[in-house]
Amino acid sequence: MDHLLSLIIFFPLFAGVLGFIVNKDSIKAYGISIATVEFLLSLALWFNYNIHGANFQFVEYYPLISSYGINYHIGIDGISLFLIILSTFMTMLSLIALSVKKNIKNLVITVLILEMTLIGVFSALDVIVFYLFWEFSLVPMLYIIGAWGGNLRIYASIKFFLYTFAGSLIMLIGILYLADYFHQVTGIWTFSITDWQLLVIPVHLQILLFIAFFIGFAIKVPMFPFHTWLPYAHGQAPTIGSIILAAVLLKMGTYGFVRFSLPLFPDASVYFTPVIAILAIIMIIYTAMVAFAQKDMKQVIAYSSISHMGVIVLGTFALNAIGITGSIFFMLSHGVVSGALFMLVGVIYDRRHTKLMSEFGGLASVMPKYAVIFGIIMMASVGLPLTMGFVGEFLSLAGFFKVSPVLTAFAGTGIILGAIYMLNLYRESFFGKSKNKENEKLKDLNKNELMALIPMVLVVLWLGIYPKPVLTPIDNSVKKMLNLMRLKAQTQATKDRLILVKKVKEAK
Amino acid sequence: MLQTITISLSSLNISSLMPMIIVIFGGLGILCIDLIKKDLSKSLYVMLSILVLVIDLGVVLGFNGPSRGMFGMILDDGIAVLGQIIILVASMLFIPLALTSKRFHEYSHPEFFALFLFMTAGFQFMVASDNLMLIFIGLETASLSLYTIIAMHNLEKSFEAAIKYFTMGALAAGFFVFSALILYAITGSVELHQIAKVVSAGEYGSIIPLLGAIAFMFAALGFKLSFIPFHTWVPDVYEGASAATAGYISIVPKIAGLIVALRFFDIFISAGISWAYYVLYAMIIITMTFSNIMALVQKSVKRMLAYSSISHAGFVMSAVLINTTQAHNALFLYWIMFTFTNLGAFAMLWISRYKKSEFTAKYDHPYQKFAGMVTVKPVAATIMAIFMLSLAGVPPFALFWGKLYLLGAIINSGNTFLAILMVLNSAVAAYYYLKLIVYMFLKEPDSKANIIYVKNASTALKTIVGFSAIVTIFAIFTIEPFLEMISSYVVASGF
Repeated sequence: MDHLLSLIIFFPLFAGVLGFIVNKDSIKAYGISIATVEFLLSLALWFNYNIHGANFQFVEYYPLISSYGINYHIGIDGISLFLIILSTFMTMLSLIALSVKKNIKNLVITVLILEMTLIGVFSALDVIVFYLFWEFSLVPMLYIIGAWGGNLRIYASIKFFLYTFAGSLIMLIGILYLADYFHQVTGIWTFSITDWQLLVIPVHLQILLFIAFFIGFAIKVPMFPFHTWLPYAHGQAPTIGSIILAAVLLKMGTYGFVRFSLPLFPDASVYFTPVIAILAIIMIIYTAMVAFAQKDMKQVIAYSSISHMGVIVLGTFALNAIGITGSIFFMLSHGVVSGALFMLVGVIYDRRHTKLMSEFGGLASVMPKYAVIFGIIMMASVGLPLTMGFVGEFLSLAGFFKVSPVLTAFAGTGIILGAIYMLNLYRESFFGKSKNKENEKLKDLNKNELMALIPMVLVVLWLGIYPKPVLTPIDNSVKKMLNLMRLKAQTQATKDRLILVKKVKEAK
Repeated sequence: MLQTITISLSSLNISSLMPMIIVIFGGLGILCIDLIKKDLSKSLYVMLSILVLVIDLGVVLGFNGPSRGMFGMILDDGIAVLGQIIILVASMLFIPLALTSKRFHEYSHPEFFALFLFMTAGFQFMVASDNLMLIFIGLETASLSLYTIIAMHNLEKSFEAAIKYFTMGALAAGFFVFSALILYAITGSVELHQIAKVVSAGEYGSIIPLLGAIAFMFAALGFKLSFIPFHTWVPDVYEGASAATAGYISIVPKIAGLIVALRFFDIFISAGISWAYYVLYAMIIITMTFSNIMALVQKSVKRMLAYSSISHAGFVMSAVLINTTQAHNALFLYWIMFTFTNLGAFAMLWISRYKKSEFTAKYDHPYQKFAGMVTVKPVAATIMAIFMLSLAGVPPFALFWGKLYLLGAIINSGNTFLAILMVLNSAVAAYYYLKLIVYMFLKEPDSKANIIYVKNASTALKTIVGFSAIVTIFAIFTIEPFLEMISSYVVASGF
């Protein structure tokens, strides 16, 4: 099992290339089988993962460009493990629910290549390798949105590409600058994150580099005010594109914060906490209000995604174990829940070719199974206890409560607004009288859709009731990272903040 | 009474002239073959040219340490060897593009191949000398052949392009001579190493004439390397030349020009003449930015690639500005990667060449021509998209590594601001490369399109495209060996 992680990364790519030979009629089955094998492989990764270890596991290391310190260095810890499983899980289910007919072969192959880039991002330990996968993930997504999307698809896909491309180029400058600094201090060229984490960087440099990395990550998350590409991308993307975009692609940004920004720049992270917290709160409240004003179901969910990502960012910058663990768990739950919501909207769009709430009504009596599943997922999205959404949201906010109760209270109002717009959506579409005669003839969920949606519902309930198997490994890795940050802290403010955090943890 | 000068043959070091002699005799040989027997197939001449270039490359690779020859006119240092390797390999890859399935006017004349070899010799003279006069002769030999090659495409636009290029080139040649003249007046030599001695010792008297010489050289090299504001010939020449020739123009003359620029500006930047530094700085930024903006609005893929190559030249010129060893390594790495990518992109255009203009009378390669290519020719469209992504600098494709290494060199030298300007420019540039991808992948095909995409394809062309695609995709594994080779040559010549 030495090369399990590499196998997981490159298996979809290889399968995708071979997929060109598979006949068009069988390509969907091919895609589902590959994605299932991939999911099983990622489960094997989980079973072979030592839960009590906090270090990187499944590490592989081969030199690529040794004169410049670029190596193929991969490995996972508790933080990335579950994001990889999330990627394989959601890709598998979104392929099962796939209902596109046009050019399906290209679509399946593109999704498999996209899956490779996602897993690559989460397992790279060399920053250049990370950057490779990070940038390359834009290409399949551009194609998915641009070729199978709605009327404005070309505008949306190019906006998506250029926005994130520009952001990541700024990050590239930061990466190269940091490598240069590392070389000046130690005389070694390296891009390995495990080496970089040990480097103590002067505070003024940390601040500049933090900004460079922040621009790259914030556009991806997307944080206010860089969020404007997302509603277009979601609005125009086909269902499978929206699912993968919301479930996994956005998590790359918040993962970047946890993996790079915090451990590399602890002092800058503390320094920028107020700014980021305010941006995150604007993001939570403002986009929740925008979501309430939408008429299109998909737009409601797109804006709610941004709002929830705000809570994740807030939890991350709590800089304590509860907050960070909670925000990572929330990444997972948001992945499953928003993916499921986009799939549910896709289901109704396939039948009616509209996503406007005003077109529906009374769906509960026509499509009972659909209504039940939508209900459960919606509750999870709102953050009802005993669903997956609650655990992450609660822990993230609880973590930030230690930092600033007032700001947390503001963030809390976003949650209430979230309940309002989601319940409003549900009332408009599922209850009351049907607003259009066509609604009465709608068929309930078919076998494929049930096969895709039921696993998500089960996961939402299982991890809502018993999140421990996932929380423990995450928590171990997060604590290790916080210890590292504490050792590296230079300014008094950072030390105070991280010691305060430590006390809180002990008190608990 | 003239004094007798005796020169021993060994001190001439004729072997330093061998590479150029080989290609020149190769070219003459091709002309002789044509005299003896007419109407031989172009495939014969293509193969002969490749073989001549292979022999030449073999001689060039036998480099052992810097040496001079022919009264010190020829300088065979590491950079000269590296430049010649790039020139020869690029020529070898471009000449098979003559083996098209359609007949074209220029390839039915063996003179084309002779001119091609003479041109290669000219570029070799340019890179293998630090004598301004010899550089000038090399430049003119190469340029005159190139003008003729462009005109031989035998379209109205080609004549226009050739004349335009010729006129501009003549002006640039004038500037070059003026610069050499002034430098001779100041320093008493046209040899760059002599000039460097005088300049670094500060013995040039008034600085005004020196600045004049630098300004004339800026203009002369600016024309050759297509810097803004000396770029106006570029799009028209690309439009008028065949796609194969246009690809050649974007690679080989520029690497020769870059090496001359490297040798020339190194003197003044090392001597701390800040005027030269800042003018070059400004020219790089203006070139990158304006060419990118102009590329955004082009309607023809070929014109877009013309502006894109201007922008790449500006991008890589920053290595000359930075003037560190790592930057010089980056310059060559970038250009090698650019060679393979641009070779592929222009070969793809060449494959889709169709004599009748189906879409617009104005352009051979409008964007509409490629609409919906992925549904008809998925593999060809994917390969073209890979070349575009590589040009845009999307990892893991070839040019990303060149860009990464170049940006790294710039940041290591402390010029972070320049690096930021450069990445912002690449973000703008991504848009026009994406535009072609959007047409190929996201739009519906035109009814006539089916016949056009690969109209001109032949096995030879497909092989070249496949080869450059493989290098572009798997570039990551080639970087380390390339860097080793480049740095050994660059260090050997002390840059």
